[in-house]
Parts: sequence; structure tokens; C-alpha cells
Amino acid sequence: MVRRRRGRSAGVRFGLAYAALFGISVVAIAVVLWWSTAGLLDRETDAAINADSVGLAEQYSQNRLPGLEDTIEQRLAANIDDDAIYLLVDPKMARIAGNLERWPKSVQLDVNWADIPIDRAGLHGFARLHQFALPGGYRLLVGRDVKVRLQMVHLLTGALLWAAIGAVLLGVLGALAVRSLLRRALARVSNTAAAISAGDLSRRISVGRRGDEIDQMAETINDMLDRIARLMDGVREVSNAIAHDLRTPIARARARLEDAARPAPGGAPADPVVLQAAIERAVGDLDGVTSVFQALLRISEIEAGARRSAFAPVALSGLLEDLVELYAAAAEERGQTLIADVPPATEAAMTLWGDRHLIQQAVANLLDNALKFSPEGGQVRVSVEIGAQEIAVVVTDQGPGIPTTERARAIQRFYRGEGSRSTPGSGLGLTLVQAVAALHGGGLRLEGAEPGLHTVGLRAVLALSRAMPDAAVRMEALSPVSHPAATALPVA
Amino acid sequence: MRILVVEDDRDVAGFVVKGLKEAGHVVEHADNGRDGLFMAASENFDAIILDRMLPGGIDGLRLLETLRAQSNHTPVLFLSAMAQVDDRVRGLQAGGDDYLTKPFAFAELLARVEGLARRGRGDGPVTRLIVGDLELDLLSRTVRRAGQKVDLQPREFRLLEYLMRHAGQVVTRTMLLEGVWDYHFDPQTNVIDVHVSRLRQKIDKPFTGPMIHTVRNAGYMLRAEGT
Repeated sequence: MVRRRRGRSAGVRFGLAYAALFGISVVAIAVVLWWSTAGLLDRETDAAINADSVGLAEQYSQNRLPGLEDTIEQRLAANIDDDAIYLLVDPKMARIAGNLERWPKSVQLDVNWADIPIDRAGLHGFARLHQFALPGGYRLLVGRDVKVRLQMVHLLTGALLWAAIGAVLLGVLGALAVRSLLRRALARVSNTAAAISAGDLSRRISVGRRGDEIDQMAETINDMLDRIARLMDGVREVSNAIAHDLRTPIARARARLEDAARPAPGGAPADPVVLQAAIERAVGDLDGVTSVFQALLRISEIEAGARRSAFAPVALSGLLEDLVELYAAAAEERGQTLIADVPPATEAAMTLWGDRHLIQQAVANLLDNALKFSPEGGQVRVSVEIGAQEIAVVVTDQGPGIPTTERARAIQRFYRGEGSRSTPGSGLGLTLVQAVAALHGGGLRLEGAEPGLHTVGLRAVLALSRAMPDAAVRMEALSPVSHPAATALPVA
Repeated sequence: MRILVVEDDRDVAGFVVKGLKEAGHVVEHADNGRDGLFMAASENFDAIILDRMLPGGIDGLRLLETLRAQSNHTPVLFLSAMAQVDDRVRGLQAGGDDYLTKPFAFAELLARVEGLARRGRGDGPVTRLIVGDLELDLLSRTVRRAGQKVDLQPREFRLLEYLMRHAGQVVTRTMLLEGVWDYHFDPQTNVIDVHVSRLRQKIDKPFTGPMIHTVRNAGYMLRAEGT
């Protein structure tokens, strides 16, 4: 089990990411809000002061001080909001015009702008002032009382502060929600996975009706689990079969040896001839076990597909002729006839891409079976069917055949037909043929020898793909010489 | 023949050494790779039986590669539990002459080792094989026994050629299947026996004294009468 550590929780991480994203959005909104309200107010004040100054400067340039005085009085009179501030002083800093009684002390003479608290007509205020030095030592202050605006800014700041607190709370809550959502979504998967790793292989993830990503993942995982279960069943079946099929000959060998080792009644030493025979038969049994092992390993080796690296062009007609020649003598010995019915075709039509030794062995297995199950005087026919996609080697016999219902099982490991329990064989021959066919992109089909007749005669069709497999095409491109070592192997 | 057995399993080694000695060979045994390499490199052997997996830091493949790098061409038969096709390929590519997988029948091992050692002697290309009163001409592809011509099918000719090349030696069914037919699998049917018995019909039956003998639990042997 994976230990759960706080910092490593994906839920916490997603929650934090959510909170961070949320926080950044809130800050961005606050900045924009501030800039477009408080900032706007400041900029408006400055603009108004500047406009005022420009107007006053014009008056001064036309009518000098008296014009300036008049304009200030007029403007003060017209100022309904009572927020405008003007002060014109002479070189002795005595007031000439304006609504301030005297020059504010805190305004230094060398600054242009000043933000200062101000008392005006008994009111405490806060002013933003612009100072102008006029010729002859006269000075002019133009400003606005910004107290109301300041209050608005304070209000806004307060509101934003509260909003920020709310945002933090919401962010944390949201993060927790995201975390628990993720946890809940993954809980189905992780609970099932935990149950499976604890040994309950039948558990599956419950799939919701929404069909969202989590459900899709659950379905994919369930499919995977089903496949694993099927494979494991297969392995279990095979190992049961192996256990059974190997146990029998091992038990036989053991019994023989034990029986031979037991002293004869009366304490007489065991008869050396009997002993010898028992040992020899036990060795024979063990050889049988070995050959079953080898066949099994070979099948799994073929099924693993490792042998594709040894693929090369295989001329089927020569291969079949040689095999038929090898087996014809054995058939004759049993009073059977083996007929090769290979159609006259060009070399190219009869050539396919594959592993010569494996194809030989597959056909040999079919011939072994055909001869084994055909009655005396029976006929075994080997023929070739050339199709566009594949070439099929067909072995037809006149034996008891395999019932339709059992044909699929016959290809599985350790299948023994009802009537053939006493016939020697491991029940692996057809499995190997099927594995070889599959390696060559084809398959093994078992059919009745004649349509309509379901019990007598078997037609085994070993279909091999004519196409060069992709991997082989690449290998061929790399090295035009096929692997000579692979064809010289003693693989018995 | 002098044979070196490099095998770490004491039971298997004992069984092999005892069997080879009984068959009349001089046998040395090393139970790890380093000793095996030392003995193989410093002494002359007619054949080496070599396990793949060995203790002592040097496994069978390394041992053989080192030996071959010193231009030592003693025939080597691998005796290994590693039975996959790739394992065989690797063993033969490293310079092995034959590969036998465990478990094995001693007769098979003996026949193969004796075959290897004979091959190792390298008596050059021959055009004529003679065993007793049996003559096989490889150029005209004719067979005579006691001066009388015997007609053989091409496959029977090759079967007889193989037996004569290994005259006085046991050849197993697997060796025949590999050497004559180039097949590398175990047929369930007694195909080899049938072919040998057909050859007997032509070589032995019309003449006095059989030459092709069945060796129980092992295979066949061709030898001249009285030898």
C-alpha cells in the first residue's frame, strides 16, 4: 500500500492550485476596481485644478492682477459644491483674494503640489493645492477640497478589505471542495484497486451514469481487469492441466520404482530382470514428462512471438514433398496411404514468409495425428489451397474426426478426444499447430472431412498468411541475408 | 578419447563421467568455469562437454569464447538446461559444435560426443566410404555390397551415407532426423524406424550378415560383420 503523506496528496495540491488561481483573480479585480474609482477621482481632481489654472493664467495674461482677482471672486461665487480653493497673496504674503484667510504654513514656497489638511470657514478639510509664482512676488494657490473624495476612497478601501477576507474564506472553502470532489471521484477507483491488491479479484469499479472522464477511466480499468482475469483463468486452467497430465506419468514412474524396490515376499532379493524392466519403464515415463515440458515451453515460446526474427522465405512445395516422403513409409507400414495433392503452381505462389522449421513441425504434427487416428487401409491426403491472402495446408484423414462441439476445445492444451485417452500423445500437438499458425498470421481450422458428415474424418486446415509481417519487412530491409544460424539449429 | 566434462552439478557430472569411462574414454572433470578453462586451455582433449551455467565467475559461454579466441578448436558440446531457441543460437554462435538440453538420455550424449570427436579429427573430403564389404561412392552415387550393386532412393542413399560416416558408432533417431532430413522436432510416429527398416531390406536382407544394428534404448549402429 502507498502511504498517504500530507504534502503528497493530489487533492490538497489541486485545492491549493484552485485557491491560488482564485486569489490571483480576486487581486486582479481589486486592482482594476481601485484604478477605475479611487484613481479616477484623483485624476479628476488634478484635471480640474489644471483646467482652473489654465483659465486663471489666461485672465492674468490679459488683465493682470485685477482680472485675476475678479475671476477668483466670480469662480468662488459660482462654485456650488464649495470645494474650490483659491488664494492670491502679495509679496508680503497678505491675502488679496480667495477663500483662504492666510497662506497655509505647511505649503513651502518651492513646491508645485501639496496635499495638506486645511481649515476653511470653520471646517476641517483636506486640500490638494497647486502653487504658482506670479511676477512681482505675487503667489497664487489653486486647489480643491478633497475631503469628500477621501471619504469615498476610505469607504472603497474598507469594502475591498472585506471583500478580500471573503475571498480568502471562499478560496479555502473552494479548495476544500475541490479536494473532496477529487477524493470522492478517485475513491471508487482506489478502493477497488486496494480490494484487488488485497486479493479480491472479482471487484470492479462502479461506473456512474454520467459518462464523464472518471467513468470512462473506470470502464477502461474494468476492461483491463476482465482481461487480466481471463488470462489468469487461462493460466490456472493450463497449470491444472499440467499438474494433472504430469502427475499421472510421474505417479506411474514412482509406483514402478517403489514396487521394484520392495523386497519380494519371503525376503528373497528382487529379480534383476524385473528390476531392470521396471527401471527402464520408469525412465520412459520420465522421458514422457520431459517431452510434455518441452512441448509446453516451445508452445509458449512460439506464442511469445520471439521466433519472428528467424523468418525467411519458405518454399512450401519442397517442404511438403519432403514431409510426405518421410511419413509415406510410416503410413505404408500401417497399411495406410498418404497422398500429396499439391497443385502445380509457380514457386512464387507457393512461397510464403515464415519459419521453415516451425511450419515443418506444424505439418508433421497434423500428419502424426492423421496417421494415428486413421484406420488401417485409410487414406490421408495432404493438399494445398492457395488464396489471395493466405496459403492453407490441408490434411484430411478418415479417422473418427472430432465432434463439432469439441473442435474449439481440441486446439486447447491437453485436449484428448473421448476415444483417444488410451492413444499415446500429450494433447499438445494441435495447440502447437495453432501457435505456429497464429505466429504466421493465420489459424488452424478443424472441419468435417465431407460436408454433412460430422463424425467421420477430419479436415485440418493450417492457414498461413502470405503477407510479410511488418517486423520482417524491416528486418529484410536491414539485412538481405536471412539468419543462417537459425536454420542450422538442433531443435528436437 | 580424452574428454573434458565441465559441469557443476555433482550428480549429473558423476553420471556423465561414469558413463563415458564405461564407454572406454579417458575423462577429466572440472566443477567450475575457471578450472575448466585452465584445463581446456592447457591440455589436449578430443571433445569438451560444457555446462552453460557454471560457478567461479566464468560461465560456459565465456569459457568457450575465451578458448576460441586462443584458436583452440576442440569440439564442444553444450549440455544445458537453457532450452530456448535463442539460448541454442547463442551457444552455437559462441563456437559450440552441438547443443543438448537437460534432461537428456546418456546414449544421446555419448553418440553426439563421439560424433563430434570424430568430426574434429577432420579427415578431409572423401569420395568413397567403405565399411566391410559395403561400398558407397559419393561421386557416382552408387552403392555396392559384396560387389553387387544396390539400388537406393536418394533419401535412402543419404541415410546410408550418414550411417557409414558414423560407422561403429551409435547414432540416435534425433541425430538421423537432423543429419539426414534436417528436421529439428520429435515426430510422434516411428518414421525413422520405418526408413531404417526399409534400408535394411535392401542392404542387409539379400546378403549374409546384418550390418545395421539396433542399439536398444539408443538408436542404430552400422558396423562390419565381426568387428
